[in-house]
Amino acid sequence: MYRSHVLVCGGTGCTSSGSAKIIETLQAEIKKNGLKDEVAVVQTGCHGLCALGPIIVVYPDATFYTLIKPEDIPEIVSEHLVKGRVVERLVYKEETKDRGTVSLNDTDFYKKQHRVALRNCGVINPENIDEYIATGGYEALGKVLTEYTPEQVIQIVMDSGLRGRGGGGFSTGLKWKLARANEADQKYVCCNADEGDPGAFMDRSILEGDPHVVLEAMAIAGYAIGANQGYIYVRAEYPIAVERLKIAIAQAREYGLLGKNIFNTGFDFDIDLRLGAGAFVCGEETALMTSIEGNRGEPRPRPPFPAQKGLYQKPTLLNNVETYANIPQIILNGPEWFASMGTEKSKGTKVFALGGKVRNTGLVEIPMGTTLREVIEDIGGGIPNGKKFKAAQTGGPSGGCIPAEHFDVPIDYDNLIQIGSMMGSGGLIVMDEDNCMVDIAKFFLGFTVDESCGKCTPCRIGTKRLYELLDKITNGQGTMEDLDKLEELCYYIKENALCGLGQTAPNPVLSTLNYFKDEYKAHVLERRCPAGVCKALLSYVIDPVLCKGCTMCSRVCPNGAISGKVKEAHVIDQSKCIKCGACMEKCKFGAISKK
Amino acid sequence: MKSLEELKAIREKMQGQIGLRSESSDKTRVVVGMATCGIASGARPVLNALSDAVQSKGLSNVQVTMTGCIGLCQYEPIVEVFEPGKDKVTYVKMTPEKALEIVDQHLIRGQVVSKYTIAEVLG
Repeated sequence: MYRSHVLVCGGTGCTSSGSAKIIETLQAEIKKNGLKDEVAVVQTGCHGLCALGPIIVVYPDATFYTLIKPEDIPEIVSEHLVKGRVVERLVYKEETKDRGTVSLNDTDFYKKQHRVALRNCGVINPENIDEYIATGGYEALGKVLTEYTPEQVIQIVMDSGLRGRGGGGFSTGLKWKLARANEADQKYVCCNADEGDPGAFMDRSILEGDPHVVLEAMAIAGYAIGANQGYIYVRAEYPIAVERLKIAIAQAREYGLLGKNIFNTGFDFDIDLRLGAGAFVCGEETALMTSIEGNRGEPRPRPPFPAQKGLYQKPTLLNNVETYANIPQIILNGPEWFASMGTEKSKGTKVFALGGKVRNTGLVEIPMGTTLREVIEDIGGGIPNGKKFKAAQTGGPSGGCIPAEHFDVPIDYDNLIQIGSMMGSGGLIVMDEDNCMVDIAKFFLGFTVDESCGKCTPCRIGTKRLYELLDKITNGQGTMEDLDKLEELCYYIKENALCGLGQTAPNPVLSTLNYFKDEYKAHVLERRCPAGVCKALLSYVIDPVLCKGCTMCSRVCPNGAISGKVKEAHVIDQSKCIKCGACMEKCKFGAISKK
Repeated sequence: MKSLEELKAIREKMQGQIGLRSESSDKTRVVVGMATCGIASGARPVLNALSDAVQSKGLSNVQVTMTGCIGLCQYEPIVEVFEPGKDKVTYVKMTPEKALEIVDQHLIRGQVVSKYTIAEVLG
C-alpha cells in the first residue's frame, strides 16, 4: 500500500505538453529517494485545466501543481514527498491567494463546475478496472441486471430527463423505448465516438479518462433494448482513446463484465471497436452505421430511423459518449437526483470544451442553466489582454454565435436554439473584438465544404457557393445583393440537405448575419473589416510624424514594399504590400498602424 | 464476474486505496511531522505504518498526511490527530508499533491513547 498517490494527467493536452516525460522523471526520482514502495505514480485522464498542463496532483493533501517541467520533479520529490513541504512556487495560483485552502474544489475554475460525466476523469487510472470498480463502477450494471426489468430501466432513463449530448438533444429514454419496441432477432447498441467539431474534445477526454463508464452504460443499454452486441465507433485520430478502450474491453471481458452470462443472469453482451477514418460526416448517425458496415460513410434518408432499421438493417440504438457517461450515475443515484440538476427542460450537466480567447482553456462540466457569463468570466477567467468579449460560438460548424447581448442567458438546449445557436456536442469558442465574424463564418463553411460527403446536391454545391460568396465579401468584392443571396441560399440548404451536416451547415452564416449584419455591411459598403482581420481590406500605413526613419521596417519587409531614406519618414507602397504585418511588429515607435 | 458480491469485494479492497484521493473537510486528519528532525528520528516508518493501517482497515474518513517541522524536535517523531470539532491531540516519540495502537484505539474506537500524548510524556 502507498501512503501517497501522485496523479499525473495523461489527457491529450497534458500528453502533448510532455506528461510522459514527467512520469518517467518522477518514477526515476522516486526510486532514487527510496520511496518506490511508499509513493504511487498514477496516470489519469483529463483534469480539465489544459491550458496549465502538465498537471500533477499529490494526494492525500490534494496539492495541485501546474505547468510542470521535468526539471521541477527532483524538487517536488525531495521537498514534498520526502519532507512534506509543498513546493509553493509550482502550486496553482488561485490556491496560493489564500494559503488556508489547498482544496482543488475551491478554485474558481472548479467551484462552479459539477462533474458527473467527468467524475472519474483525473481521479482514477483509466487503464485499471479495479480503480473504476472502487468508485462504484459496474454496480449500476449489476443492479440493473439483478433488480430491474428492461422496461424499468427505460423508465428510469425517461424520468431522469436525460437528452442526447451529441447535440440534437433528443430524449434518451424515448430513444431507448423506440429501440426496445421494435421486435427483431438481432439488435445493436452503438456508441458515437466520432467527435469531429473543431476544438471539441469532451468525448475524447471521457474515453481517455474513464473508458469503463462507456462500456458499462452500453451494456445497460443492451439489456434495456434487448441487444447483445455493441460497437464503439471511434476516430482513429484518437490513438490514446483507442488504446485505453482496447485495454478496458479486454479487462471487462476478463472479469466477465462483458461476454456471456454476465452476473450469472443469462445476459450476454459484448463490444467491439470500429475505427473511423476521419470523415466528419461519419458523426452523423446513418453515415456512422453505413461506415461500420464497411461501406463508404454516407448518410441515408430517414425514415427508416435507426431504431427501426439501423446497423445491418436491424433495430439499433445510437448514443453519444457523454450521454452514456451519465447513465450509470442515473441508475445508482436515481432519476430524481439527475432531474434535480439543470433547467426545466434540460436536466443534468453538460461538458464544454472551452477554447479561443479565454484565460483558462480546457474542459468544464457545468449544470444546465449556468449562464455564459459564469462560464467565461468565472470558470474561464475572462478574456485575456483586456480585450472585450464579442461572441461565443457553440455547436461548431453546425452551431452559431452568441453575442454579448445574450451573455446572461442560461445555457440549455432550448435557449440556445432560440437565440440562433445550438448546444452541439459542446465546443465553446470565445471570440473577442479582434475576431471578424464574416471570417469566422467563412472558416466554418470552409470546414463543411471539405467535409461534405457529396451525396446530396444542396450540401455538395450549396455549401461551396456559400463559401464563395463569403470569400467574395471578405475580399472586398461583395455587393448588397450578395448578402440577400447568401441568406436565401442558407435557407434553401437547410430545408433540402439530406442529413444533419448539410441541414445545419448554414447556421454559422445565419447567426452572424443576424447578430453582426453591420460587420457584413462594413465589408460590402465601406470595403472595410472592422476587426482588422480580412487582409484584402486592410492597409498598413506609416504615420510620417511618428516615423523616425530608423529603416527597421524596410529591412524586415519581405516584399520590398517600404522605401525611405535614413532619418526620414518611410512610405509603404500599397501595390507591393502583402499585409503580413511584419513591419508593424518591428516598429519601435508605434508609427505603423493598420486600417 | 458471477455475482454482485464479487464486485463488492473488489470495490472494498480498492476503496481504501482510492480513498486517499478523496477531498472532504469533515475527515479526521492524521499529520506526521516529516522535517529533518522527524525523519532523523524515524518518522517515515511511522508514516508508512499509519498509512498502511488506515487503508487496509478501510478507514475512509481518515486522511494520513505529513507536514514540516512541528517545533518540538526532541519529541519527534510527532503525530497529530485533528478530528473535526474536537481539540487536536499530539502524540510524541512515536514508533510504528505505537502508531498502530493509535489506529486501533483512537481512530477506530475514539479513545485517546493518553500515555503517548505530549501532556502525559512532558508530565
